[in-house]
Amino acid sequence: MNIFNLELKVGIAELKVARSPTLLVTIGLGSCIGVALWDRLAKVGGLAHIMLPDSKQFSQVVNKAKFADLAIPLLVKKLEDLGASKHRLEAKLAGGAQMFSFKDRRISVFNIGERNIQVARKVLQELGIKLVAEDVGGNYGRTMILNTANGEVYIRIVGRPQKTI
Amino acid sequence: MQWINLSPIHLDALKEIGNIGAGHAATALSKLVNQMVKMEVPEAGVIRFNDIFSMVGREDELVACVISKVSGKAPGSILFILDEKSAHALVDLMMGLKIGTTRELNDMTSSLLEELGNILTGAFLTALSQATNITLVPSVPALAFDMLGAVLSSAFLEGGCFAEEVLIIRTRFFNDQTKIDGHFFLVPEVKALSTILKSLGLSI
Repeated sequence: MNIFNLELKVGIAELKVARSPTLLVTIGLGSCIGVALWDRLAKVGGLAHIMLPDSKQFSQVVNKAKFADLAIPLLVKKLEDLGASKHRLEAKLAGGAQMFSFKDRRISVFNIGERNIQVARKVLQELGIKLVAEDVGGNYGRTMILNTANGEVYIRIVGRPQKTI
Repeated sequence: MQWINLSPIHLDALKEIGNIGAGHAATALSKLVNQMVKMEVPEAGVIRFNDIFSMVGREDELVACVISKVSGKAPGSILFILDEKSAHALVDLMMGLKIGTTRELNDMTSSLLEELGNILTGAFLTALSQATNITLVPSVPALAFDMLGAVLSSAFLEGGCFAEEVLIIRTRFFNDQTKIDGHFFLVPEVKALSTILKSLGLSI
């Protein structure tokens, strides 16, 4: 990373695409899942901060970026508009934690984090996009940064050194 | 009933509910830490999910959050959020230690904060039950200590609240002496809202 890199923040239930050398940053993925896509030839990348696995369980969808089944295809489309080729895209995932462990099992039935991971993997597979790395699960939050210059994804976790996937 | 149709009268009634409940919780907290804990006048309203974060702080700020699910005729969630320093200070106060002794949370201090959440939630719900004549049962609380963004979004999602907009009743607890700063949120489900309003004699 150098100081000339432009940082672009991706908020919760948002997705953004950018050209090299922009850093796409999303802060505080808990049970949400972050999906980073990158085209090594076109040097463009995209990052989505997804809240829920499946939009089909909701009668009304206001924001496509909120759901894994809609956000990932939309992210691909936006990257293609920016010159990416779908078959070259590589994916990295982070997040999908379970932050709270309720002692009463009936409350934990939603298991949102785990379902976010599973659906994100499935959608990528259906789109034919290769999943090259992931840092998922656990009971802690993550900040995820995609470096569109080299496709590296940096993960920040409280109390641990930053790692690269 | 949609959240959006709430009139000022409804919101005033909900603020009053917040006032009664949070007042009891603040008293319980004062007794626990043996210091006067003050509270702000509660606010009630429907806000966009994404706007909740900025009500508390920065997304990458470290916070402790205790969540209890409420069951019964008026289901919902109760969240008690503390910044890192306040969480440590409350542990010190509850254990009779000098402020500044606790520097990190471990299993024991986490259980202590869970228990604190339990007591505050209990005080809040008892007051609310008495005011409305609705029996409300809290779950055993769960605690997370992490980045605000991760903790708060997960508190809603893992608690089963998936809406674009949520009704919240919130207040802030504070103590100038030891700089305790806590946020208390009551997040009723849609069906709970009409039950609560009806119990107060309001039509919807």
